[in-house]
Amino acid sequence: MDNAILKIAVVEADRDRALMIVDGLKDAGNCDVTVIGDASGLERRLADLSPDVVLIDLSDPNRDTLEQLALASAPTQRPVAMFVDRTDSGATRSAIDAGVSAYVVDGLRKERIKPVLDAAIARFQVFSRMRKELETTKAALAERKIIDRAKGLLMKAKGIGEDEAYGLLRKTAMDQGRKVADVAQSLVTAADLLS
Amino acid sequence: MNLERIVCGFIPLVDCAPLVVARELGFASEEGLDLVLEAQPSWSAIRDKLAFGDLDAAHMLSVLPVAMSIGLGGVAMRIDALSVLSVNGDVIGVSSEISQRMQGLGAMRGENPAASVGQALIAAAPGRLRVGVPFPFSMHAELLYYWLSALGHEAPRDLDVRTVPPSHMARAIADGEVDAFCVGEPWGSVAVDSGAAEIILPGSAIWSFAPEKVLAVRHDWAEERKDSALRLIRALWRAARWLGEEKNRLTVSDLLARPEYLNQPAELIDNTLSGHMVLSKAGAPVKVPDIIEFFDRAATFPWRSQAAWIATRWAARAGIDRDDAVAAARASYRADLYREALQPVGADIPGASEKLEGALEVRTEVASTRGEMFLGPDRFFDGQIFDPSKLD
Repeated sequence: MDNAILKIAVVEADRDRALMIVDGLKDAGNCDVTVIGDASGLERRLADLSPDVVLIDLSDPNRDTLEQLALASAPTQRPVAMFVDRTDSGATRSAIDAGVSAYVVDGLRKERIKPVLDAAIARFQVFSRMRKELETTKAALAERKIIDRAKGLLMKAKGIGEDEAYGLLRKTAMDQGRKVADVAQSLVTAADLLS
Repeated sequence: MNLERIVCGFIPLVDCAPLVVARELGFASEEGLDLVLEAQPSWSAIRDKLAFGDLDAAHMLSVLPVAMSIGLGGVAMRIDALSVLSVNGDVIGVSSEISQRMQGLGAMRGENPAASVGQALIAAAPGRLRVGVPFPFSMHAELLYYWLSALGHEAPRDLDVRTVPPSHMARAIADGEVDAFCVGEPWGSVAVDSGAAEIILPGSAIWSFAPEKVLAVRHDWAEERKDSALRLIRALWRAARWLGEEKNRLTVSDLLARPEYLNQPAELIDNTLSGHMVLSKAGAPVKVPDIIEFFDRAATFPWRSQAAWIATRWAARAGIDRDDAVAAARASYRADLYREALQPVGADIPGASEKLEGALEVRTEVASTRGEMFLGPDRFFDGQIFDPSKLD
């Protein structure tokens, strides 16, 4: 089976991400990639497809379903195992850091997996960076909103200006060893309760 | 004081309580540990992160360290169970459709509910029974297989077993993907609450004292950082003792309900902790005995006989050498480290590290370091007794 086209299944619900992974894998070599977007009935889909390699986000809760496939007992089923290269802990390490896990059918040679895994790792690294950026931006935005509300509350209650209101929040935060956003959150929560 | 950082993974389930209490109530910091708890999306993720060193310790299914140490499943590695985090806590539920067919065939009453409910379930199955369990290597799967096999329905052979993450169980039963499930609380109650399922049996009706989750670390880690392992055992033991006090129950429910832990209503969690469960959406809460245990009856002790029981079940199923499997399993339940950690603090520790499993009908006084220990009941519903010294 060494020269046959490598059959790869990608379990990924996000369409854009899935397409990026497919592109990356196509560049890596001769392979036939199927995307499984809906995880319901995952086991049956995989059994029908009978892929050589399954790629799935390390943090996808559906990974546990793949574990069942590792125990496949029927003669028509091919057992898969998570790809762990003990001779190259660096490869496993970078896969984990990138957040990708690969399940590989029994007996497939390491040289055939390597380019696929490398391509997947590269794509997943981009995703995890994008995700981190998005989370940071979101959190910063949420903090800004809360601080603005708290400032408004102080300005109204104490009849002070915006700079003064922010200064008060900042001083309280420093005195109490807390973050400005946390102090603002407490104020907003209290005001909501009292209103 | 400079605390030593220990990163521990957990799955949001009621039985992660000892870890949450150890952190939040300061039992970990009293031992000089900064116990950092990281929620994980799946058992596979917890296993891989522990194996590859992203986690120092983990809330783990009691079967998993045994399976990994034997070499079964995706990652083979020597993993040690330092102590048991919880006993019991699983429930078996069925779809509303199956429940209707079962009505009149049996219910959660009578002398031996597991037998009557099990027979009713087998009779009500529309062909091959499709059952959801959270992970292949779990007490959920073991209880289910033991139960149905003892009733003449050979499991897993005659079942269609699907692996479904706990938080997806309610959806899987609502979508008709499975007919029944065995899952840890609060996810059984969540499924009932959604109106799609009814709980027909607590796991404790099958085996009244089944180790459910353990505190797991890499074997190498336990050797290299033995002092940390001992401190971790002590922190978790004190947390379990605190959890065992009835007056602390509401605090525990509130702690676990927090977004960073279970992110579920405190009332739902309190149902499990108090043993009062709502079995069907329209029903009133009923008292379920032995629903979950954290401390009493030596619940934290890693019995080597229980590891041996798990190994014999898996060896038969996977067709591997039983004696090798049992030896690896025994070594993975670190009763030795448990003793070393807790002897100096005057804890009451069982005299033996192995016992007959299933032999105690009632609460019974046993030999222990302080002589104040009671064990049992620990019956299997079919009355079988597992003797780890007679494996022939």
